Amino acid sequence: MNIDSTSPINVRFAGLGGTGVIKASDIFADVVFRLGHTVKKAEVHGMSQRGGSVQSDIRFGPEVHSPMIPEGACDFLVVLESSQVDVVRGGLRPGGVLLTPADIDLAKLPTAKALNVAMLGRLSRCFDFPEQSWQDSLRANFPEKLHTANGKAFALGRGA
Amino acid sequence: MHPSQDSSGRLLLSGNEAVALSALHCGVALGTGYPGTPSTEILEGFDALGGRAQWAPNEKVAAEVALGAAFARARVICTMKHVGLNVAADVLFTMTYSGVEGGYVLIVADDPGMASSQNEQDSRRYAEAAAAPMFEPADSQDAYDLLRTAFEVSERWHIPVLFRMTTRVCHSKSPVTPRFPLGVAPAETGAPAPEFVRNIAGRVMVPGHAKPAHRRLRAKLADLQAWNEAQGPNRIERRNAALGVITSGISYHHVREAAPDASVLKLGLSHPLPMKTIREFAASVERCVVVEENDPWLATACRAAGLAVEAKDDSIFRFGELNVDRVRRILARDSGPEPVPPRGRPPELCAGCPHRSSFEVLKELDCIVSGDIGCYTLAALPPIAAMDMMIDMGAAVGMGLGLRHVLPREQAKRVVSVIGDSTFLHGGLPGLVEMAYNPPATGHVLVILDNGTTAMTGQQEHPGTGRKLDGAATYQVSYEDMARAAGVKNVIVLNPVREKARFKELLSEALRKDELTVFIARSPCILAAGRIVAWQKERQAQEAAAAAEQGSCACGQDCACAGGADESNPVLNSPHEH
Ligand SMILES: Cc1ncc(C[n+]2csc(CCOP(=O)(O)OP(=O)(O)O)c2C)c(N)n1
Ligand code: SF4
Repeated sequence: MNIDSTSPINVRFAGLGGTGVIKASDIFADVVFRLGHTVKKAEVHGMSQRGGSVQSDIRFGPEVHSPMIPEGACDFLVVLESSQVDVVRGGLRPGGVLLTPADIDLAKLPTAKALNVAMLGRLSRCFDFPEQSWQDSLRANFPEKLHTANGKAFALGRGA
Repeated sequence: MHPSQDSSGRLLLSGNEAVALSALHCGVALGTGYPGTPSTEILEGFDALGGRAQWAPNEKVAAEVALGAAFARARVICTMKHVGLNVAADVLFTMTYSGVEGGYVLIVADDPGMASSQNEQDSRRYAEAAAAPMFEPADSQDAYDLLRTAFEVSERWHIPVLFRMTTRVCHSKSPVTPRFPLGVAPAETGAPAPEFVRNIAGRVMVPGHAKPAHRRLRAKLADLQAWNEAQGPNRIERRNAALGVITSGISYHHVREAAPDASVLKLGLSHPLPMKTIREFAASVERCVVVEENDPWLATACRAAGLAVEAKDDSIFRFGELNVDRVRRILARDSGPEPVPPRGRPPELCAGCPHRSSFEVLKELDCIVSGDIGCYTLAALPPIAAMDMMIDMGAAVGMGLGLRHVLPREQAKRVVSVIGDSTFLHGGLPGLVEMAYNPPATGHVLVILDNGTTAMTGQQEHPGTGRKLDGAATYQVSYEDMARAAGVKNVIVLNPVREKARFKELLSEALRKDELTVFIARSPCILAAGRIVAWQKERQAQEAAAAAEQGSCACGQDCACAGGADESNPVLNSPHEH
């Protein structure tokens, strides 16, 4: 992905409340921000914890204005819940990358909760960020007791 | 609060986090407010950073607590969502007359598009109606910087100021370069030391004092307007003169993306409007468009001043929030139909939520339910669909009484008012008093859903939880005592989950009687249950320890064992149940 273009890179995480959408997007934003990019992130809180649809937009690049991704302009769409794929697919630009749970060998997930981390691992393949950046952000965003399981989930997605 | 930080010290903060950090860096002595999406995280963040923050029972009380502190020269913030300002409006409209000694910033979070609100009212109208200055940050850095300017204005003109955020400013994250490192409270903030100085004519707003106060207020605004023209936090960005856009808040960023070549006037202090600046800007471009969310407040003001500005088509764009695509359409004068966003899955009550059980009982008894705002409002949606009305916080009680007063007897007998615990303490208490004062001929039934938290907005404490914003223990009010004190004859406490059958039986009995009954349906929100149970144990252990020290029973009531331990009586020597 060419990050030097003047228009921002648009990454959207989508799913249902409780599937780890916000967490995954926080970690991704953290990775990108620490690498020195200008980042904006938009999401709607509120009733999301009660199982409703949740989306979080992250935009980064040399210059970012609106925090919300325009219609049909997602470069990457990471969907954490299969039932939502058809609902949100329209947000992707032509040629954009769609990542769904079908991209992960779910049987090998250490815990079902770690799907969001596995999806981050899958997403990490699309960027040439140092792997250490991802690991650092994962550690900073989760309690220590989850580090081992998350390490496995991330590796599963990254295909390491 | 553990935000991302890059190597140059920039922080990735939400607008709410930026305000919290700025409040710390401005030396705010007290933050108060009432929870409400999207404003809630400001006080939580301020507390997490070491600031003194507390929840009030409602926005009116919060605004009054803040006012007292500001009379004493302290620097204060008071936070609420847009509809909260309706509750606090009574204070607002007269505290602009009295003015303040210390800086007072009332932060109000609007919700264009109603991501989680019952209306999309526009707080800018309050600024004008109450003659309060109003700041409008566009992003997190802006929020961080403008809060400081807001305090400067408030202290220089001795006037409380409004600080209008919107959902996207509150909840979007963007980089912030703070003046001090995260979590550092600067030693020198310039905040004056609190002190009481008597000023009866300035603060007792009887007509004789309020008449000159009103004139003073208008003079302050005129002076502030001149300052706003000359050096206010507004910015003209000159680009192509073919198109000029006047805007504020998050819309500024949508405009920059939708029309990168346009000249822009971005307003940071939008009341009192710098009309001279606006006029000059409008004259400097060939086409001038006002881009604003919701009400045509700015466009109307410009037109009233005789400016030929273009505005959005309000038959379409008055509704909902703006975004880059909508701003493109506004600028292209495209009033065609908009694409319909796909419908996601609506939220529902959590599995195991105690409210579910309560509403199943109400449904089974075919009650007419005068409802209220909280997680339990989700019970209005299918499949439960057992709430008949919801308007504003506290309304369940009054609306239920009104229905009872006029409905034919057989329908009136089915009416029940249902309200959450936080909502009851916020706005339901005067309704309880009304219920005993003007009881309907058929009696009435009020159900308080005591789930031990303010669940809807993310589980905040309130006076009924016995915990303060920071989790410290405090006095826990008793709904049952309040109901009895108000004059209600039948007061029943039960667990709607474990005692569902009993609830149904007692409710149908209460509906048959022409008497007043209050049920307290007590069962914790499952997301907060762990914490609630842990705190209950902690409290019991503390009470037992305190009692052991005094050599009395730990029941905390005026019982026969209160006089001290009787060595010969093993029952009285151990804490017992009442
Ligand atoms: C005047 C006003 N202030 C704040 C809000 C935001 N708000 C909606 S419901 C609610 C409280 C809900 O708590 P509770 O009554 O205990 O019900 P629960 O969600 O716990 O079921 C709040 C703070 C509002 N809608 N109106
Ligand atoms: S958060 Fe608590 S009160 Fe709200 S739906 Fe879930 S269990 Fe019920």
